[in-house]
Amino acid sequence: MTKGKVIGVISNLLMIEVDGPATQNEICLINAGKWLKAEVIRVRNNRVSAQLFESSYSIQIGAEVQFTGHMLEVELGPGVLSRKYDGLQSDLERMTGTFIEIGDSTDPLDYEELYMFSPLAKKSDHVTAGSWIGYVKENNIDHKIMVPISWKGRYKVVSVATAGSYRLKDVMATVEDEGGKTLEVTMVQRWPVKVPLTGYSQKLRPGKIFQTGFRVIDTLNPLMEGGTGYIPGPFGTGKTVLQQAIAKNSEADILIVVACGERANEVVEIFSEFPKLIDPVTGHKLDEKTIIICNTSNMPVAAREASVYVGMTLAEYYRCMGYKVLLLADSTSRWAQALREMSNRMEELPGQDAFPVDLPSTIANFYSRAGIVKLGNGQLGSVTFIGTISPAGGNFKEPVTESTSKVARCFYALSQKRADSKRYPAIDPLASYSKYIDYPEFAQYSDTHIQKGWVQQIKLLKNYLRVGLESRDQILILGDDAVPLDYHVSFWKSELIDFGIIQQNSYDPIDMRTDIERQRYMLNFILEICTMEFKFKDFEEVRTFFKNLINRVFQMNFTDFQSESFRKYEEGLRESLPDKAEIYENQSIS
Amino acid sequence: MKTRAFHKTYTRIEQITKATCVLRATSVKYGELAWVNDRPAQVISIMEDRVTLQVFGGTEGVSTQSQVVFTGRPPSLKVSDLLAGRFFNALGQPLDGYSVITGEERVIKGAAVNPVKRAKPNTLLATGIAGIDLNNTLVTGQKIPFFADPDQPYNEVMAEVALRAEADKIILGGMGLSHDDFLFFKNTFESAGVLDKIVGFINTSEDPPLQRLLIPDMACTAAEYFANDKKEKVLLLLTDMTLYADALAIVANKMDQIPSKDSMPGSLYSDLASIYEKAVQFEHGGSITIVAVTTLNEGDITHAIPDNTGYITEGQLYLKHDSDIGKVIVDPFRSLSRLKQNVIGIKTRADHPLVMNALIRLYADAMNAKTKKENGFDLNDYDLRCLAYAKDYALKLLAVDINISIDQMLDTGWELLQTHFKKYEVGIKDEFLNQYWKK
Repeated sequence: MTKGKVIGVISNLLMIEVDGPATQNEICLINAGKWLKAEVIRVRNNRVSAQLFESSYSIQIGAEVQFTGHMLEVELGPGVLSRKYDGLQSDLERMTGTFIEIGDSTDPLDYEELYMFSPLAKKSDHVTAGSWIGYVKENNIDHKIMVPISWKGRYKVVSVATAGSYRLKDVMATVEDEGGKTLEVTMVQRWPVKVPLTGYSQKLRPGKIFQTGFRVIDTLNPLMEGGTGYIPGPFGTGKTVLQQAIAKNSEADILIVVACGERANEVVEIFSEFPKLIDPVTGHKLDEKTIIICNTSNMPVAAREASVYVGMTLAEYYRCMGYKVLLLADSTSRWAQALREMSNRMEELPGQDAFPVDLPSTIANFYSRAGIVKLGNGQLGSVTFIGTISPAGGNFKEPVTESTSKVARCFYALSQKRADSKRYPAIDPLASYSKYIDYPEFAQYSDTHIQKGWVQQIKLLKNYLRVGLESRDQILILGDDAVPLDYHVSFWKSELIDFGIIQQNSYDPIDMRTDIERQRYMLNFILEICTMEFKFKDFEEVRTFFKNLINRVFQMNFTDFQSESFRKYEEGLRESLPDKAEIYENQSIS
Repeated sequence: MKTRAFHKTYTRIEQITKATCVLRATSVKYGELAWVNDRPAQVISIMEDRVTLQVFGGTEGVSTQSQVVFTGRPPSLKVSDLLAGRFFNALGQPLDGYSVITGEERVIKGAAVNPVKRAKPNTLLATGIAGIDLNNTLVTGQKIPFFADPDQPYNEVMAEVALRAEADKIILGGMGLSHDDFLFFKNTFESAGVLDKIVGFINTSEDPPLQRLLIPDMACTAAEYFANDKKEKVLLLLTDMTLYADALAIVANKMDQIPSKDSMPGSLYSDLASIYEKAVQFEHGGSITIVAVTTLNEGDITHAIPDNTGYITEGQLYLKHDSDIGKVIVDPFRSLSRLKQNVIGIKTRADHPLVMNALIRLYADAMNAKTKKENGFDLNDYDLRCLAYAKDYALKLLAVDINISIDQMLDTGWELLQTHFKKYEVGIKDEFLNQYWKK
């Protein structure tokens, strides 16, 4: 292997003089008492620039460097679930000290642990990369043992281990390639994180809703299984609270949370809460289906980039087992900033706001790794990805937000104004969008699984909101008295939608999660009220009437669906509504 | 002068800027402390034998023949119980003329706490100020800045918070502090009789600006000693972080770095985060709570310094002058404490979250009414009630001169709701309305 020595240090950028071949993105190890990992990011003749995944304190000129010949890789196998990794897949719980010292690293998997194996493949079966040989129990899921994804071509199974308990590095199957060479399959495989992990037969177009439990998302701007979404928002508008609430309530089989350059206390909250929370889908503890990757803001900057790629690769790995994976990254801006710091130190010509010029393509490639796929055996698996963005100055016209908007299909805009008036979640219902609404696949799916004409109803509801907000602006400009009464009615109808559907209390045990059936019911109910014609004396009466109405719908949201008190609120509410017939009669007279 | 006999002395400096100098030297380590004449400096880049030093004392008067000595290790602080009750400069040298501190020498840019070894911060930190305790409840282990214009009394409010909060140690990191403010802190702590639990690291506006860069790390190292080694509750006060960031920008500029937003270095986020993330709740009970000050330019929070700070800290507190009542209040809209969710309604009364939100929502309605009024529209009955409420709310709860218990704040809140509004207007769950709404 190639060797070298350090000839320059600028923060965590190292210049290395090498004596042999070096590869872009190759991992090399620096001797600083301990061996520290760095990644090659530029090669010029025999001079290599590398980013050090640690603090550079104590690195001395002349320090010895060894090249490893491979890119940054993750280790994939049973025992990944419930783990807390750092950005380079070191298991944080296995580190002994209170502080993470320079160069501390631990194994990602437990090689001594025994897993119960059940075979799926038989002798003489034809298999390819990603084919399921068998499975082991990992927490509550069947962790498929697969033919390594990196293998090319077709293989014939020679033997498969019998059911029983095995360790990770035991041989679970032997296979023969087309040239007659035999190869061994264990439970563990490795994969370079910056290369998309394939192992499926084709990618499909998303069309099936991915429920998050949030009404403003599921009803108004639905996300799809295998879809992508992004949440930009100024600080204090509730990005992290929203993302964590989605994590707790979504219908994912596997949940991967990447805390990228954010606050350590937020990760601590996940650590302390998830083992106690029950996953509404599986009924098991939430942390049993969760993997956390954290590179908090005080951990090495260079590992920010690695952390999001490690998360994505783990997600793709579980997708190959036929699972519905939800990947959350908070925040992708920190990753972009890490790229900027490095680009700056390498003295590259900067793009907009000093970000590297290839930022848009880097982001596009990353988002494109999500998706719903058909596996070799015909089953489906998906990676749904939601990233948050922390736009500088809360201004969406900045490179990270703009680059993301070109690739992500759902946009959840957090608005400062809504956050200030404590209207949570602070998602702006009109500025936000889901491009999936216009997918014929979704129209077809929702017609059969939610209700006929669902997409039209969503659009109708959005229109009531839009008209209401326009009316509000007119009222604010012209004054209460100067506008027709209709304006007040439309405004208050939009307030009803806001309080009844959009606002949701993520700290209330009932209101925090609304399934699609309840959402359907509430949408129909609120649309019914919105389509009613009302007759009022003056705008004071409009306000009082709707305030009462809103209060009742609001109370309804805090009760169990179709419970006695839910129905009581609904009945009371219906009684307060004017008799339709009466209105029409009055209208025909006047 | 810290020259030691066994260190080689260099006397040929090749390049001098206002903040840095460059010389040729061998066997140098990245980040190590050096002395240029009598001034402390730190290695910030090495390229073969070309070493760039950031000179904390400024380079005024440094010549190409000045003496440079490398110490072989990064800047450090000697920690022991003797720190308590003392004031130091940015290099950890006593300002009070008494003896230097003995103790274990620690590198000041310490390692990060392993996130799995942190405990969830959920101990209430009461201040008696309702704008904080009711709306933006603080928790030990939290990090939160005051966002304030230079003319607001942030140092006074911060000193008040420090004295009322129950802390075992109060560590003050002063960056570019005016000498008057330094004496203000000293006198306030002295007259409160708490000087023995204060540790101060002070860079006044008379000192070289680059020395500020050492203050937060010095203060954090002392804080970590008391919080982790001694398992104490430490309150760390940092004022003013905007001046710290300005010093970062100077160095980046002299290093020919491409500036990002507002002429700030691209690494500003990481630089600030490495300080604020020292806030921690340890499982053994020790904690570091950081209360900082970030001064703004005419309330502009989109500037890179407050903007990056806001993304790092767990909320922010805005001070604002309310002309209706003629007092400084804690702005309920823009202020936020992210960790309040860990204690409100759990460590405090169950009605706390709902009452808090209802009060703020109605205050927002009052602000809309105010706009209407300013635009010359007629106000309806609801608008008028909102305006009357807003005045009461500001006077009885938002003003910074209030000092009452949280239960009293909640009772006051219910009183205000009932005085000005009807039950259906407040948007509170029936369960609580039945309990607290007086018939």
